[in-house]
Amino acid sequence: MIWTILTQQLINGIVLGSFYALVALGYTMVFGVVKLLNFAHGELYMVGGFAGFLVLSVISGTVGMGWPAVAISMLLAMIGVGFLGVIIERVAYAPMLAAPRLSILITALAVSLVLQNGALALTRGQYVPFGAALGFGGLNLGPIFISNNQMILVGTAALLMVGLELFVSRTQYGRAMRAVSVDKDMCALMGINVNRVIAVTFFLGSGLAAAAGTMAGAYYGSLWYFMGFLIGLKAFTAAVIGGIGSIPGAMLGGLILGLLESFGTLVPGVGSAWKDVFSFSVLILVLVFKPTGLLGKSEQERM
Amino acid sequence: MIVRSPATSPMGRLQAVWDDKRLRYPLVAVIFALMAIAPHVLGPYATVILTNALLYVVLCLGLNIVVGYAGLLDLGYAAFFAVGAYTIGIVHHVLGLDFWLTLPLAVLAAAAAGIIIGSPTLRLRSDYLAIVTLGFGEIVRLSARNLQITGGASGISGIEQPWLFGWHISSPLDFYYVFCVLAVFAVIASLRLADSRLGRAWLYVRHDEDAAEAMGIDRVKVKLAAYVTGAIFGAIGGAFFAVNLSAISPESFSFRQSVLVLMAVVLGGMGKIPGVILGAFIVILGPELLRDLGDMRLLVFAVGLLLIMLFRPSGIWPRSR
Amino acid sequence: MALLELENITLRFAGNTVLDGVTFSVEARSIVSLIGPNGAGKTSLFNSITGFYKPQAGAISFDGLQTLRLKPHQVTAAGIARTFQNVRLFRDMTVLENVMSGMHCRTKAGAIGALLRLPSQRREEALIHETAAECLDFCGVLEDRSRIATTLAYGHQRRVEIARALATQPRLLLLDEPAAGLTAGEKEDLIALIGRIRDERGISVLLIEHDTGLVMRISERISVLDHGVLIAEGKPKEIQANPKVIEAYLGQDDGGELEL
Repeated sequence: MIWTILTQQLINGIVLGSFYALVALGYTMVFGVVKLLNFAHGELYMVGGFAGFLVLSVISGTVGMGWPAVAISMLLAMIGVGFLGVIIERVAYAPMLAAPRLSILITALAVSLVLQNGALALTRGQYVPFGAALGFGGLNLGPIFISNNQMILVGTAALLMVGLELFVSRTQYGRAMRAVSVDKDMCALMGINVNRVIAVTFFLGSGLAAAAGTMAGAYYGSLWYFMGFLIGLKAFTAAVIGGIGSIPGAMLGGLILGLLESFGTLVPGVGSAWKDVFSFSVLILVLVFKPTGLLGKSEQERM
Repeated sequence: MIVRSPATSPMGRLQAVWDDKRLRYPLVAVIFALMAIAPHVLGPYATVILTNALLYVVLCLGLNIVVGYAGLLDLGYAAFFAVGAYTIGIVHHVLGLDFWLTLPLAVLAAAAAGIIIGSPTLRLRSDYLAIVTLGFGEIVRLSARNLQITGGASGISGIEQPWLFGWHISSPLDFYYVFCVLAVFAVIASLRLADSRLGRAWLYVRHDEDAAEAMGIDRVKVKLAAYVTGAIFGAIGGAFFAVNLSAISPESFSFRQSVLVLMAVVLGGMGKIPGVILGAFIVILGPELLRDLGDMRLLVFAVGLLLIMLFRPSGIWPRSR
Repeated sequence: MALLELENITLRFAGNTVLDGVTFSVEARSIVSLIGPNGAGKTSLFNSITGFYKPQAGAISFDGLQTLRLKPHQVTAAGIARTFQNVRLFRDMTVLENVMSGMHCRTKAGAIGALLRLPSQRREEALIHETAAECLDFCGVLEDRSRIATTLAYGHQRRVEIARALATQPRLLLLDEPAAGLTAGEKEDLIALIGRIRDERGISVLLIEHDTGLVMRISERISVLDHGVLIAEGKPKEIQANPKVIEAYLGQDDGGELEL
């Protein structure tokens, strides 16, 4: 009996972790190239969900409402929100990079508030049903049930992550991204178009967040203007656990956080009411005791 | 960077009046007089709004110490507001102590919270600090919502309103005057802190942490002092908020509240007291004036904040430092 | 025992050995220069002395106190002050306020004192103002005191930075390239100022400097650093004639010439 519960939570944890990982990747990639924690990143997840919803409602007449339709919606949402991320970077962040740190942080907060409150205004704060019809089939392994949706979700997330990893390690842009995250000024001197690399990074990071948002909308069935807030914090926690700036770290961190939360709900007294407090406490503990995370590097700053 | 408006513009003229000491005191006297008669002229509804604005003046001046003076981005300031309010509520229910005896407890609780939260986290770089403070704000709110002693999601009600030398502070008008006094105290405290060894230390640390350390300033201790001082302002605001409404619930202490206080500080002009006061009034009076926009009100503020950051980051009130 | 003693200091950064077994000392009331080609590790040595960098090996003692593990503000409180290679005054603050920062570690009024304006706090504030003004006067920049620090001419900014360091009441003053960017006249004033710091205030001065003429004129002793290793130490005339030193400089395209 206990094994059933544990295994079920393991599955839940992996599913949850996939979402966290996808969003955490965007955080960590952006931090790597511009050394900024993009507060608005969580909202891009939310916007991605709504974008997916809009595309789906347009195409559902012709393509139906199952996974293929969701996949198309997701891809289009990824592209759209990817561009949104690039626009935000160009308009709001790029002018601020020379200003005191506080200014750019507040600007990022302002962007996130604009997106959040924009969604609030448009939806009047109501939950919006996503409108996908995903079916209830799945795999029965004895007492354990893994739904098709869960498998597709995790599979898609894994596919996206593998795709990202290949991009970063095999392509020119990917190499440039890694170089910029080590030493931006040197890269500029060596002829790398740093601005374009930054734009590509934002595009990819935002796109991944949007993918997670669309899938979340499809999987959980509804969207809310405030959903970006919480996932933003959780994803940040995941990125920090894995080591901010490290791409494998974000994936690992996402998975770990998902599992921690899932198993955490089993701890007597914790339950789902305290789930978020639990995650935030993990965040604070990690930042205080091991700020470089699991896969990050220790650095003594040179003056 | 000195941002001064042209001397002939309205803002520039106002600034000139403020800078001239001979004009400043009469100006202050006029303001006091206006504050005293406002409720009688504007009516009960406006009085309540003004009381909220004055509460915000206290809260914003507190956050101004943390963000404006010391340069620490605190996204969870509502936590201290909550600590003050809930201390009053809980102690009243559990021990039945008089408000004036509980107030020091609220201050101590906030200071303790500030030390507990601040000590491990103020060493972190500013991005991390922002998110950690956000996390703490959420932890406090969620704890308030989940715990028995805080009354759970419905909060605490029936908080007794205080007596002062035979005067029962209970009507909205009474609380209006109380908050006037609190706001004045907050302004005086901010002025005195700014013009002191500690106030200067905050500025040194904000401008250049490493140079400040090289001058013998313990930056962690200085940041902690800012954080705890801000916490105390917040707790005092929270304590009086609790007895004003006679009831509190977790929803008043959410991230939205923290953001609103921050917005007021930034919009008005971080670090400059008149700017912060202006910001407090904008944030409280604005939604009243923009009533018709309904859910769009917050969006308007958010867009305003973004525009300010992009085009006039020193805030609406002109800065001279 | 010397005022400042470094023993076998080794500092590594990500595989690079920046300082290698540096042993070095500064006597009380003396002027010592630290020279060497660019990248030799001179500023890193300063950062190690002042606590910003933590060497992996070695010991530093200042008047008997072990300072290696101390935080930078503690090192300053112990009596070592510094200026920076690229002047780091507090922007948007007046010259006087900048220099007043030096008195922070010598006073203790806190929030309570500030709020209540206690007599002890008011006395301290007066002391802070006086000391700052006095240091500015000593460095010849008192008339600039109400100006925003970053609006001053470069030479004046450098002197304000020295005044700021003096306000911490140090016994050892570390100057990082104080003559860089100064005109010939300003360099003469600097030489006089450094001499007065030692003679009138009894403060030892350790300076990093590339202007070898200036170095030869004011130093009692010179230490030469090259690639993190101390290659020579001695009186100015000895250093001038030292073949290792000549080679270290001539071997670089960017090294200064040793003027005779």
